[in-house]
Amino acid sequence: MIKLQIPISEEDIRSLKVGDEVLLSGTIVTARDEAHKLMVEEKPEFIREHLKESVIYHCGPVVKQSESGEWSFVSAGPTTSAREEPYQSTVVCEYKVRGVIGKGGMGAKTLEGLKKCGAVYFHAIGGAGTLIANSVKKVKEVFKLEEFGTPEAFWVIEVEDFPVVVTMDSHEGSLHKEVLEKSKKIMEELL
Amino acid sequence: MDLKDSILELIRRASTDLSEDVVKSLSDAYENEDEGTPARGVFKTILENVEMAKDKSTPICQDTGSLLFYIDFPEGESEKKYSEAIELAAIEATKKQYLRPNAVDPVTSKNSGNNIGVNAPYIHFHQWDKDEVRIRVMLKGGGSENVGTQYKLPFPPLKAGRDLEGVRKVIIDAVVNAQGLGCAPGTLGIGIGGDRITSYALSKIQFFRKIGERSSDPKIAELEKDLNETLNKLQIGPMGFGGKTTVLDVFISSQARHPATFFVAISYMCWAFRRKTMVLKNGEVIYD
Repeated sequence: MIKLQIPISEEDIRSLKVGDEVLLSGTIVTARDEAHKLMVEEKPEFIREHLKESVIYHCGPVVKQSESGEWSFVSAGPTTSAREEPYQSTVVCEYKVRGVIGKGGMGAKTLEGLKKCGAVYFHAIGGAGTLIANSVKKVKEVFKLEEFGTPEAFWVIEVEDFPVVVTMDSHEGSLHKEVLEKSKKIMEELL
Repeated sequence: MDLKDSILELIRRASTDLSEDVVKSLSDAYENEDEGTPARGVFKTILENVEMAKDKSTPICQDTGSLLFYIDFPEGESEKKYSEAIELAAIEATKKQYLRPNAVDPVTSKNSGNNIGVNAPYIHFHQWDKDEVRIRVMLKGGGSENVGTQYKLPFPPLKAGRDLEGVRKVIIDAVVNAQGLGCAPGTLGIGIGGDRITSYALSKIQFFRKIGERSSDPKIAELEKDLNETLNKLQIGPMGFGGKTTVLDVFISSQARHPATFFVAISYMCWAFRRKTMVLKNGEVIYD
């Protein structure tokens, strides 16, 4: 198990390989469809400092607000990353992001971006909402809550020992590509 | 307990407490995977999460899905009474964080914030001869819904003809296309026949069957058994990490088709297979 503290250097991220199990700690940012569209089309500045050498989390959480107005995460597993495929490599390179957490993996364009700009794809366990929310220690800030709604807002959160597996690295390695090719071959035999 | 409160409790159970048949199936899958593999690690995390969610009464998965209700009621009952109670229960369940706000207007992209929208929650009403009311709810996640699909046979790319062998081929194809994206291991609901709409409707309602429950039609039961074995040979595994468990079960049902059409609708349910039932009889509420 590798422990990584955010911000992460390019050197540290490039040393990771497919299959590495990692515990992430530090400040990360949730972003889904609306957020990615915005980051590509308008390149907003408000999120830049939070993303530099940090990690994007594909997640639309269930949140709670206390009477004093403080937010906390109740359930917060990953969402399907494939929807961000058109945007991801542009966002990673534009904002110098070192990692993307999600589920289901991403495609060729993202893999190329990870190599070019020095980042990896971290896979979290889909559906493990309550367990992962336990790793979220603090909600530091939220952007675009009113406009995008709870799931789509940018939540800036502090995590501790967030468990993930590297399934796409910065050396063109992709577990998703491997499993897809293998299962297609097996399918040909089964049909 | 009034109707709204008993439906609220039904939603709470569906979101936070995975049914026994599903937990057992996931535990078996954990035991079946080899020591030290990522697949085994995934099941361990899944089972820990399921237990923690039940203890804390918080959502198993943050995607608490679309709310799909199925109500069977005796003659003379008012549909309005139930739809109003469901709306109130959904609003309160969202406030209590049993549900994430998941109703978005596709024109404005605005999230209503309380799970209420046009056709949300969606309610299927059905009148029956019993003197009791049965309310069933399914929380259908978006990621798994996105990998659902519908084929029309014949399907030349796979040489899938208009017979059960053709049905088998397109189901295998759908699971290979889905990979881990629908939060594998999934459970499949399959509707054969009908029109575009009713084939999907039939596929979805299969999710109220219990894991391991085979069709009463011997030919279909045979196909279900075959697919359970075949699909688990694909080595897609939990989360698409590779492994022995790609599906938890396959439920198939058929209905009449038009002579010119042959649809196969495939609904994919994520491992967080959330559905619950309650029955109202003589003023009493019984949960499954």
